[in-house]
Amino acid sequence: MSSPNSPMVGIVDLCKRYTKGKETITIFNGLNLAIPRGDFVAMMGPSGSGKTTLLNLLGGIDRSDTGEIEVASERLDRLSESELSRWRASHIGFIFQFYNLMPMLTAAQNVELPLLLTRLGRKERRQRVETALGVVGLADRVKHYPKEMSGGQQQRVAIARAIVSDPALLLCDEPTGDLDRDTADEILSILQVLNRDLGKTIVMVTHDPAAARYAKRSLHLDKGNFIEKELAA
Amino acid sequence: MNDLVLIRKNLFRRKLRAILMMVSILIAFAIFAVLASFERAFNAGQDRATPDRLVVLNKINFTQPLPISYYNRVAAVDGVAQINHFSWFGGYYQEPRNFVAAFAVDPENWMKLRDSDFVFSPEIRAAFIRERTGVLVGARMMEKWGWKIGDHIPISSNIWSQKNGSHAWDFTIIGSFTARIPQADTNVMVMSYDYFNETRSFGKDLISWLALRTTSVAANERVTNAIDGMFANSPYETRTDSEKAFSKAFAAQLGNIALIVELVVGAAFVTILMIVGNTMVMTVRERTREIGVLKTLGFSGGRILRMVLGESILLALLGGLPGLGVALLLIARVRDSLMSFVPTLSLYPDIVAAAVGLMVVFGIITGLVPALNAMRLNIVTALGRN
Repeated sequence: MSSPNSPMVGIVDLCKRYTKGKETITIFNGLNLAIPRGDFVAMMGPSGSGKTTLLNLLGGIDRSDTGEIEVASERLDRLSESELSRWRASHIGFIFQFYNLMPMLTAAQNVELPLLLTRLGRKERRQRVETALGVVGLADRVKHYPKEMSGGQQQRVAIARAIVSDPALLLCDEPTGDLDRDTADEILSILQVLNRDLGKTIVMVTHDPAAARYAKRSLHLDKGNFIEKELAA
Repeated sequence: MNDLVLIRKNLFRRKLRAILMMVSILIAFAIFAVLASFERAFNAGQDRATPDRLVVLNKINFTQPLPISYYNRVAAVDGVAQINHFSWFGGYYQEPRNFVAAFAVDPENWMKLRDSDFVFSPEIRAAFIRERTGVLVGARMMEKWGWKIGDHIPISSNIWSQKNGSHAWDFTIIGSFTARIPQADTNVMVMSYDYFNETRSFGKDLISWLALRTTSVAANERVTNAIDGMFANSPYETRTDSEKAFSKAFAAQLGNIALIVELVVGAAFVTILMIVGNTMVMTVRERTREIGVLKTLGFSGGRILRMVLGESILLALLGGLPGLGVALLLIARVRDSLMSFVPTLSLYPDIVAAAVGLMVVFGIITGLVPALNAMRLNIVTALGRN
């Protein structure tokens, strides 16, 4: 186990390949990366450059072939599937491009989902759900179903779901890819607040340079390697 | 919210589909419960058969008679504790469709033989022995036809006729009896053999079968061999069976009920199993992405498996339990009109318990494949599927 002062993300000599038919595609070959705690990183790059694959690896939903991945002081490459499930539930918040809310659940129930994996009582779960929905400005939409909400509102519910269990790291895969400019700005502002005021470390994959400007720094991934660009806060 | 709410919400996300699946399951379990109840009722004789009771029949089949003289000869066989003879009357009340299960017996011995099944008051015992034209009628038959003690009732026979050419006998109900044990059927009428034998126009001194109780179960084989050996190579050879085997052979005259039940229920179940199983596979497949999201949030494969299995079991119970209710209503509706043929027709608790067990098994079988698929689902693959 690493110390609490260690970076939120530490990747050393990571290799990842996919086999497609007879062809083997190398995504990463000896990738190294460190993301300090409290950082807000925008990951950019052309399609197929490995952005989403890297996000999946950081979230413990995909596995590397070789190399070390340490996230939130845990070596993911050493955990079993069930250990990874438990680890994800308590350390990671995911935000997807298409929101991925459960259509048959209300906003509150969708946000409550990660808390079903905790030992919290009903009352405490409800309080946390209300708080999370309050943070994203949807306190008045608790009983609305996804189909009754706009894309921006659904994404805010997804953000509330990602933060409700108070994870240290938020992984966002094109969180504004399906939204118009104004709505995208609202979502990005919320992420910025979560990073700045609540200290959440955020890794965001995006194609949108305007979205990337909300991050503290931007990493450009190309052919399995990073080119880093500092951005003005 | 808890897992059960999640399971219920998933099940009813497409209400029409869920309802159609439940109706399919309802039909299957209604068929199961009704046919199982009929099967039980047809075989009720086997269930109440006691091991020390034997039945002596004509070797050809049970519709062929035996001479009454066999009664005393069998009674004298070592190991026979009690004995009675029965003659099938083939009765009906007013119209041939109003079937009446009636037998001609030796009153005193019959009451002794059936003392463990029925309750006879001392007055009734004495009256049945004394009154030759009197009949005893079981409580259910009394209730069915609205008869009272003292009524004069004309009972016709579709086999026998009187010496005056009439097929109807005028009997007086001199008493009734109730069941001592639940399986004992009181939808029955018994009359004095002597009176019946004297008044019928043919078949004199013949009986349908003998029923006896041995001194112990251990004596059954010896008594059976002694009786059948005694009448070997005679014009009326006998076949002695246990009461259970006799009841089974009697039920078999109506067709192999158990086989019919198994085939019909089996066909219905396999068909519905395939429909529901296929629908469950499709349902879970449609939710691939959502399952991927749940796993991303930290739901383990085992928990996903339990949730999908829980959904299929809940579906089976929501369809099956009303199916049992429908079966209960159907049985209640036909019980009175079929009382003569299947007097003990009822939805017994053990059939309900078996059906509920079957629902759980049904749910597990239909849900197992989609549940395993969901458990093994790769998150990256699931999230990549639109």
